[in-house]
Amino acid sequence: MPTLQEQHVVLRVVTKLLAPLIMVFGLYVQFHGDFGPGGGFQAGVIFASAIILYGLVFGLDAARAVMPPKALRLLAPVGVLLYGGTGVLTMLLGQNFLSYNAIDPAHPAEGQHLGIWAVELGVGITVASVMMLLFFAFAGRGKVKA
Amino acid sequence: MLDGIFIALLAMMVVTALAIARLRSLFAVAMLTGLFSLLSACVFVLLDAVDVAFTEAAVGAGMTTVLFLATFGLTRSREKITPKDRAIPAMVVAALSGAALLYAFSDMPAFGAADSPVHQHPITEKYLVTSIDETHIPNTVTTLLASYRGFDTFGEVVVIFTAGMAVLMLLGRCAREREPDQDRREAD
Repeated sequence: MPTLQEQHVVLRVVTKLLAPLIMVFGLYVQFHGDFGPGGGFQAGVIFASAIILYGLVFGLDAARAVMPPKALRLLAPVGVLLYGGTGVLTMLLGQNFLSYNAIDPAHPAEGQHLGIWAVELGVGITVASVMMLLFFAFAGRGKVKA
Repeated sequence: MLDGIFIALLAMMVVTALAIARLRSLFAVAMLTGLFSLLSACVFVLLDAVDVAFTEAAVGAGMTTVLFLATFGLTRSREKITPKDRAIPAMVVAALSGAALLYAFSDMPAFGAADSPVHQHPITEKYLVTSIDETHIPNTVTTLLASYRGFDTFGEVVVIFTAGMAVLMLLGRCAREREPDQDRREAD
């Protein structure tokens, strides 16, 4: 395989330039989603697409070295648990499930902000890991049979 | 000016759809569906639905295209030729569902009409005006999804997680990861 990949010099150089930028843009969409367009879903997919682009150009093994599927299989439920955990936390603080006001009763708006930040992060982690796992599962099947 | 861009984009979408229907090579079809998604993302931007445009561009044009291409690498990438006698029933179904959509569409309020239910309902006022005081978050879409509709979004995340796990269970870990004798043991 390396011979085929070595031919695409332009693709490799452009990917090396673009992949970090896409990842930073994904993080921007994640953490700036309160103020501009975007949020966890979009950020997760954008972040995953950087790794997928890397995997398409440099091969699956290189992408798996960056994002080991074992770690992704752990991260996918972590995002869901972060979202659900925020809800449980607000319940323990004496309010309804996912009532972020409970996080900071003196300043409800601050509590809302923190709560939304946490659940969006959970969404982003789960979406990014599931997207990368799907890509690895689909793309990893064909060539292994040989 | 804006109308011109709209018409141009929608015309390109129609042309792309016609090309998708005519092509037999599924690799080209996958690329064209990505193009279709990108064009609809542009339409969403013009409609000021930036969040939707984001999702459409990232998921529709990016993820889905890659997954389609990866799938065609595993299966046949040429469409089978449909027998001629199925063409007429298919056209009848397409025409009927198109007519039903157009009929339903005639009930919708005019685009941007101020007297449409979505602008008249008191909840609109609550979301667009009060939410900034309650959360200090300028992006109402984020407030809606994560706070007012937090349960729904939690459900969506669980759906994505479950779907991802289901695909992993079906496609399995790749063959290299499992030992040959492990396959036999699982078969017993």
